Amino acid sequence: MNSLVFVESGEGKIRKLSLEAVAYAHAMGGTVTAIAMGSIEKTELESLGKYGATRVLHVADDRLNQHVIQAYASVLIKAMQDENADVLVLANSSLGTPVAAKVATKIKASLATNVVELPNTSAGFLVKKSIYTGKAFAFVELPNSKKVIAIKKNAAEAKEVGGTANVISFTASLTDSDFNAKITSTEKATGDVLLPEAEIVVSGGRGMKGPEHWGQLEELAKVLHAATGCSKPVSDMGWRPHHEHVGQTGVKVAPQLYIAIGISGAIQHLAGVNSSKCIVVINKDADAPFFKAADYGIVGDAFEIIPKLTEAIKAAK
Amino acid sequence: MKILVCISNVPDTTSKINFIENNTKFDVAGVQFIIGPYDDYALARAIEIKEATPGTTVTVLNVGLVETEPTIRKALAIGADDAIRVNAEPTDSFFVASQIAEHGKGFDLILMGRESIDYNSGVVHAIVGEILGLPSVSPVMKLELNGTKALLTREIEGGKETIEIDLPFVAGCQEPIAEWKIPNMRGIMSARTKPLKVVEAKGVDQSVALKKFELPPAKGAVKMISSDNIGELVNRLKTEAKVL
Repeated sequence: MNSLVFVESGEGKIRKLSLEAVAYAHAMGGTVTAIAMGSIEKTELESLGKYGATRVLHVADDRLNQHVIQAYASVLIKAMQDENADVLVLANSSLGTPVAAKVATKIKASLATNVVELPNTSAGFLVKKSIYTGKAFAFVELPNSKKVIAIKKNAAEAKEVGGTANVISFTASLTDSDFNAKITSTEKATGDVLLPEAEIVVSGGRGMKGPEHWGQLEELAKVLHAATGCSKPVSDMGWRPHHEHVGQTGVKVAPQLYIAIGISGAIQHLAGVNSSKCIVVINKDADAPFFKAADYGIVGDAFEIIPKLTEAIKAAK
Repeated sequence: MKILVCISNVPDTTSKINFIENNTKFDVAGVQFIIGPYDDYALARAIEIKEATPGTTVTVLNVGLVETEPTIRKALAIGADDAIRVNAEPTDSFFVASQIAEHGKGFDLILMGRESIDYNSGVVHAIVGEILGLPSVSPVMKLELNGTKALLTREIEGGKETIEIDLPFVAGCQEPIAEWKIPNMRGIMSARTKPLKVVEAKGVDQSVALKKFELPPAKGAVKMISSDNIGELVNRLKTEAKVL
């Protein structure tokens, strides 16, 4: 099996979800070739070897420093053909998922997104994907000779298995139509831990009483190297930006640890956090439904508990 | 202007998910079906555009069997002018997208939700665009028209980007693109007589096959910790849960 892995990057850094994609392809067996686009240092590209890529195709086209979905798809379609790859693996993300759909349509591949574990190839090619917003799974057979798989966080562990990958320049002739959705500006929080990739998430709900109290929560997030999230009412009221909204119609997270403070636990919120390994709920209402979905619970006043918890974590380090 | 809004017919967000027939079929018993919440945002934005732009028509399309008609009538009650139901089970993304593409020619805008909340694949808009040779953008949280151009805001991890694009195009929508609309009595009455065309599905080569479903393992009981003993929580997170 030949697999091609599309690795995403931002500001010259390869994203963690893409390292998991490389590890996923490596764990499937066969030859693993990664492909990266835009300005990235050679050493960064070579480091993909550690996760199992033998070669890295690099498309050093400055126009691709912006995440132009159509252009990325056109490059990948050519790479799939040139490399005679059987499977394209990429991360399920705002970039990876639409790119996967475009490539799969063009090369007539079987497509699966939200894939949560390695395929079962004992009789065919069976993948497990998350459905009903994490409330269930589906096993789907991918019968076509070409396959495109978009993986969710934690589908494979990005562990070091190899050495240095061989970086090869790759070109694809792009046309104007590859750039007809023109990105005119990008606003991105920099330096913070990205919510979909975070290993620890600290979320606040209406119980936080107002945006002016988020400093405490951010302080706690900082000592934990966590991302901050919020419930839907909090983003609807404009206390926090929309990209922090965790839930059924917001971001779905899958961290090791999810700490929910002042969130009652509506079923729509639970749908966004049910892939978390461990859930801690802090709420002043002992009857809050979130406690039923939690591993650990504390009943009490958020503004007393948050500073104590922050201190206790600092002390335990 | 002609707008096509594609809607999915999905279980209400509060539904308990169960499967029957040896985990091969979704259990519809006691489940309320609704317009997909993301599709509902797309529909609301389409109606806003229609209200602001004279001569605009909004067509809704659903791929589904006859039981989805109440959901389609609700979209008509919200303000769509007419509807198409492709008479087939929406088995997979490529199948659904192929049906949409079959009826999607001649529209200036093709809108739908960023994903359906049952299968969550989030790819139908991109496949429709690819089949029709149109650009596609998702998830769109703001859509402003300016003549034959549109300015879109797309959500990305930890931020957003602004995109300029020519019509026609395909967009997968999400909040806060528009506020959900609730049908009024006049809308409900008029929806009964609005045209709902039923068409048979186009044949599509099957590219995926769903084998079975599975529910996640049940969660253990919550361990309550006293608010006077925060140290114990930290200790348990380290030694018991091993997540710190």
